[in-house]
Amino acid sequence: MAHRGRSQQGAAAIGPKKYNHTMSSIHIPTMAEMTASGQAPEVLFWVGCAGSFDDRAKRITKAIARILHASETSFAVLGQEESCTGDPAKRAGNEFLYQMQAAQNIATLNGYGIKRIITGCPHCFNMLKNEYPELGGQYEVLHHTQFIRELIETGKLRMSGDQPFKGRRITFHDPCYLGRANGEYLAPREVITKLDAELLEMRRCKQNAMCCGAGGAQMFKEAEPGEREVNHARTDEALETQPEVIATGCPFCNTMMTDGVKNANQESNVEVKDIAELIAEAADLLEAPAP
Amino acid sequence: MNLASMTSQLLFLLLLSTGIFFFAKRIGVIRRNIRSGRDWDGSDRKAERWATMARVALGQGKMTARPVAGVMHILIYVGFVIINIEILEILIDGLFGTHRVFAFLGPVYDFLIASFEWLAAGVILACIVFFVRRNGIALARFKSNELKGWPSLDANIILVVEVLLMFAFLSMNAADAIAQSRGLDHYVPAGSFPVSSLLTPLYAGLTNAGLIAVERGMWWFHIAGVLAFLVYVPYSKHFHIILAFPNTYFSNLNPKGQMDNMAAVKKEVDLMMDPQADPYAAAPASEGPPERFGVKDASDLTWKQLLEAYTCTECGRCTSECPANQTGKLLSPRKIMMSTRDRVEEIGKQREAQGGEWKPDGKSLLGDWITEEELWACTSCQACITACPINISPMGIILDMRRSLIMEDSKSPESITSMFNNIENNGAPWAFPAGSRGDWTQEV
Repeated sequence: MAHRGRSQQGAAAIGPKKYNHTMSSIHIPTMAEMTASGQAPEVLFWVGCAGSFDDRAKRITKAIARILHASETSFAVLGQEESCTGDPAKRAGNEFLYQMQAAQNIATLNGYGIKRIITGCPHCFNMLKNEYPELGGQYEVLHHTQFIRELIETGKLRMSGDQPFKGRRITFHDPCYLGRANGEYLAPREVITKLDAELLEMRRCKQNAMCCGAGGAQMFKEAEPGEREVNHARTDEALETQPEVIATGCPFCNTMMTDGVKNANQESNVEVKDIAELIAEAADLLEAPAP
Repeated sequence: MNLASMTSQLLFLLLLSTGIFFFAKRIGVIRRNIRSGRDWDGSDRKAERWATMARVALGQGKMTARPVAGVMHILIYVGFVIINIEILEILIDGLFGTHRVFAFLGPVYDFLIASFEWLAAGVILACIVFFVRRNGIALARFKSNELKGWPSLDANIILVVEVLLMFAFLSMNAADAIAQSRGLDHYVPAGSFPVSSLLTPLYAGLTNAGLIAVERGMWWFHIAGVLAFLVYVPYSKHFHIILAFPNTYFSNLNPKGQMDNMAAVKKEVDLMMDPQADPYAAAPASEGPPERFGVKDASDLTWKQLLEAYTCTECGRCTSECPANQTGKLLSPRKIMMSTRDRVEEIGKQREAQGGEWKPDGKSLLGDWITEEELWACTSCQACITACPINISPMGIILDMRRSLIMEDSKSPESITSMFNNIENNGAPWAFPAGSRGDWTQEV
């Protein structure tokens, strides 16, 4: 492939620069802790199941947490009190299980008087924003890219002078449940723009974007018989743009695209990263005042 | 008034009333079939609904997402709507034995006739392009399995008939213009014929009687064809020309990702979560038979979903955008709509044959028309809904059918069952202990 040499160079140069993943220096408070000490955070960080348990997705979660911390956002997580929003159950047809989950989560959230939620998972985002209100859970819900945009715009998060992604070729894969489902196409792109990177659009993007293949509970089952996997087809579309990074905004898309890149034997040329990870590497996180 | 004229007026009246009678009868059947669906409330947000209809149906707002088909479709659409002004004149002439009754409009009339002619030429062009796309170039979405047989024939009949009707309209004008130039009785000089003048050589050699025969013949063929078309349309996918309007009016105005919360389930969950509830209390007496969970048969769909099934014009944009279909899976969102329509038609016919009361026939939409394999291939990505030029949601029917599979029949792929169990036991779709949910916080 024509772009192999350059991409390899790019990928090698991108790795985590500023942050050492093993370093544990930030305390992530839970709602229980905060409430016990008579505090209330401004926002709740809803982590989601993938972000809590999946090793790859946990790195996204940690990036979001570091961004929240560095921007001095007053936040907390639910920790063990968080439970699946019920999205895969509902989309697989199990309305009972979904509504049981929703009732439990709403009781927890309302019990703490939560007003504002940010989440790194578009499926959780869609449930909390659109499907919980009717069941008694009314919150302002933001996808992490929307919140990061807000942090940058209000000056709470600054990009470092030395931009690790300057001029890098980044393509963004729209998550269905952020894009088509909720009409948010701009926030992730505006955040990528702050990286001074070259944003490449796939042939099919925004409302026409192709699904990664994980939604509607597909993540938890084998695909039906067919000619090929959905994520391989979508990854091909991403690779057509000759990117150095495929940016995602959903832990499930991240898994699917990562698998697609491996399948195309491009893992040494192309990285799949969540926008939160890109920002965590590019922003002045370490220069923020110590907690 | 002479006998010939009176006979022809009576014949016209008979033809017209027959056409309207069969059209109205068929509309009644469709209306009854649609109304047999479950309740759905579309009485809210009226202003937004009108605006959506104006933009999507009237304004063809989503058609040009595919430029060639979009522009051609708009040509046929505008042609169809505007040429109907000419139909008004034909109706008056036919009923009252007049000839070109609007001729008194003078230059306005000339302008109108000229624009009808240009539009007729546009319609013929667009129909030929569409015919070639379907049969010559054979685009993938026109060659799928679900289009074999009647659906393909239906599409081609419409295209051919439209061309014939437009040709008759232009021939009628050409013959009329020659008759006018010869100063024949009744043929007052009126109209401007920029397109049909190309056909003049075809008819210029005819005798006066021959010319009148062609002009009258084409006039009758045209109006009889229009009336036949009127009766045919509600049996055809072509019924979208009418239903697109109510269907877009009743568009889903919520975010596409928002799936309804089932009220019946909420009631039970509320009861379970209520610490005051008496677990041994007898179930409250319910009115009527308990509703089935989810959709097993067409009778479980809402009237809005049935309206969508009758509105679908089988263009296949949904299927061609569906990631499952693109990767060779069995699922085709268009087929979901076509199957739904076939089944609701069948139930309607049976109901009629059984005197208005439908007795279950042992068949169901889910199982006999739509398979589990199709349903489980959906990623709920909403590409089908986004692609539909008139806001139909095949995904809605797919997800409602999954509800029936799970909640009525407990049928799911094994891995989906484990996912349910994991959520129930651990609060996550994977088998991780709930207690380890916060472990990542120690690693930041």
